[in-house]
Amino acid sequence: MNSLLVSPNPHLHAAVSTKSLMRDVVIALMPAVIVSVIFYGLGEIIVLGVSVISCVLLEYLITKYLLKKSCTVGDWSAIVTGVLLALNLPSTTPWWVVFLGALFAIAVAKMTFGGLGQNLFNPAIAGRVFLLISFPAYMTNWQIPGGLFGIDAVSGATPLGLINEGIMSGQGIQDIMAENGFSYGQMLLANVGGSVGEISALALLAGFVYLLVRKVIRPHITLSIWAAVAVTSLIFWLADPSRFTDPVFNLLSGGMILGSCFMATDYVTSPMSVKGGIVFGIGIGFITMMIRYFGSYPEGMSFAILIMNSTVPLINRWFHQKKYGRK
Amino acid sequence: MKRTFSIGGVHPADSKISRGCAIEVLPTPPVVYISVAQHIGAPAKPIVAPGDKVKTGQPVAEPGGFVSAYIHSSVSGTVKSIAPRKDLAGNWQTCIEIQVEGDEWAEGIDTSDTLITDFTDDNKLIMDKIRLGGVVGLGGATFPTHVKLAPPPGKKCEMLIINGCECEPYLTSDFRTLLEKGEQVVTGVAIIKQVLGVDKATIAIEDNKPEAISHITSVLETLRKKSPKFEGISVMSLMKKYPEGGEKQLIDAVMGRQVPSGALPIDVGAVVQNVATALAVYDAVQKNKPIVDNSVTVTGDCLPMDRQHNFLVRVGTPLSYIIEHAGGMPENAVKVISGGPMMGKAIANLDAATLKGTSALLFLTAEQTKRQPETNCIRCGKCAQACPMGLEPFLLQKYARLDNAEALEENAVQDCIECGCCLYSCPAYIPLLDIIRQGKVKVMGIIRARAAAAKAAAEAAKAEKK
Repeated sequence: MNSLLVSPNPHLHAAVSTKSLMRDVVIALMPAVIVSVIFYGLGEIIVLGVSVISCVLLEYLITKYLLKKSCTVGDWSAIVTGVLLALNLPSTTPWWVVFLGALFAIAVAKMTFGGLGQNLFNPAIAGRVFLLISFPAYMTNWQIPGGLFGIDAVSGATPLGLINEGIMSGQGIQDIMAENGFSYGQMLLANVGGSVGEISALALLAGFVYLLVRKVIRPHITLSIWAAVAVTSLIFWLADPSRFTDPVFNLLSGGMILGSCFMATDYVTSPMSVKGGIVFGIGIGFITMMIRYFGSYPEGMSFAILIMNSTVPLINRWFHQKKYGRK
Repeated sequence: MKRTFSIGGVHPADSKISRGCAIEVLPTPPVVYISVAQHIGAPAKPIVAPGDKVKTGQPVAEPGGFVSAYIHSSVSGTVKSIAPRKDLAGNWQTCIEIQVEGDEWAEGIDTSDTLITDFTDDNKLIMDKIRLGGVVGLGGATFPTHVKLAPPPGKKCEMLIINGCECEPYLTSDFRTLLEKGEQVVTGVAIIKQVLGVDKATIAIEDNKPEAISHITSVLETLRKKSPKFEGISVMSLMKKYPEGGEKQLIDAVMGRQVPSGALPIDVGAVVQNVATALAVYDAVQKNKPIVDNSVTVTGDCLPMDRQHNFLVRVGTPLSYIIEHAGGMPENAVKVISGGPMMGKAIANLDAATLKGTSALLFLTAEQTKRQPETNCIRCGKCAQACPMGLEPFLLQKYARLDNAEALEENAVQDCIECGCCLYSCPAYIPLLDIIRQGKVKVMGIIRARAAAAKAAAEAAKAEKK
């Protein structure tokens, strides 16, 4: 008889691994990826391709030659970062700008902190914000969806950008929306100018539901962001509807869905407990609205998530889940 | 919503492959090795000597302290030796070796199958029989039953909970016992209920065992017509979730109460006993039969259907003898577990013998049980979601690795029930429980030392006053 294997309990495992979780996130992003390729065509394929390949390659090179550790590319997390970064960029972004974003995301935001699990900031958002600050011209050159080959695509601003500009020049919101001809139905389905991932709320929500069903994430962070955005914008909108956008607009526009469903729920950079997650989500929602209403940038989601990322260690210290039989 | 415990828990596939296998009597082995440490508490003291003739059911060791239990010979024959022998983990333990000769039972034991549902009103007599019958909790902890049934003065039991959850995957011996010996189990429950003087008893069964739920319900209906002693006993169906059969989790699921950290179930008015223990109480009280045998599930995905078994095994039967009877070691099995896959112990020594509390021999293949290499914690919080005690394993393992006993105690490592949910659900394959257990051992030591020091200081102060 062979010698017996002896180890402490438990002797079984749920067979859920980091890799399978990350793969689920990639699967969940597929509807949005497909929709954006259909709408933006070749430019989008290039952005996605450069972003994913750069992220994976950079992580491989850094682990192998700089850190001299075992390679962690197999856990699919670099692919997730690559797809998320791409979905945060306009499809007209030059390939070398995309590469620089990936470089910042992987090399600075992720690997300098010690790789997956150690990073304070969400790498994809850090990459996007780095590009937004460094290359504002490329980052705001939004394309109105044209078609798979982008022949009749035209450049334009996002609904948030248009409203930001319009209000600065003294226009009322209703006028701006009517003038530019976009509706909530368009925003939900696809058809408004924006970064790739911002264009179809529905495709992103489908992926979000997939993650919930597969129990990859829990809904509390996303829901508390939505609640905070809805409540904050409702108060301001009721106070002055000509200056402040309404809750539905704010929930559907910009990076709201992508950010609340896929970026804020990142395991590594969000709080561990449900209570902490709710505080985190409310913070993101509120800060996003403050930036949208009063900041010089039209969009505040990325900054809000980064700001709240930095509070996570503190939130984890303050909020713990309820223990059995203890006060 | 089905009732279940409120914090954490996991849902492993239940894999009750042997659920259809009726309990078979395993032939008595040629030699048995009866350990003197088959329960929690002080080991029993042998009261026989090599060369003595013993009969089945005759006591061979007496309690070695207040929390201890009688141990009986499970066979008739001659005591060959009383010497240390390796137990299933490979640790030395005093065992009484008995050469089997025939099967002659000690006087006064009723070995017939006749069902006796009438029982005495004399609780003292019942308690004596339970104590003399060597009855211990067969749900895993093997805590002496007579101690548990005598709550400390001033504490009142409000509900007796009978644990029929068998929440560990693969195990089916309690399930078979409920199906095949339902009347005996229910009578045992009524006896325990009377001894405790409680009005309510609940037999909790998980909803993956509907046959057991309906069978026990109908047994209760029949017995209630016979005697008022069966009033107040009910069956409760619980949602399947591991570790439902954990004492603290079961009390939460059934009564909606949580046992405070460091307190006992009786502090929230609960006493929990296992189905197999209820049967042992029936045997001891109604049949004068001490624990000489118990049911052991032999199972695993690597065993064909005709080699799955639920055996009635004499206490002290060598494991290798059972395996031989079940057709030998499956070729692709790399690990044999005593008990279930979540909390059972991996067996290092197949020559070891069964104990009263041995519930299963489970064979696992390398594919099922091989641990993957550990990777970075991704802070997903799945361990904290899974922990039925509401602890934060990711934090505890960090402090345990840093050897920070103070932080470990602050974060309640001493509440850990070692159920394995954290390690089971960790996607980074971090050996959470292995590491946390080491921290827990250390903290428990510190807590005990502190209690001892406080006691000594109090006594010194008292002496000084005098």
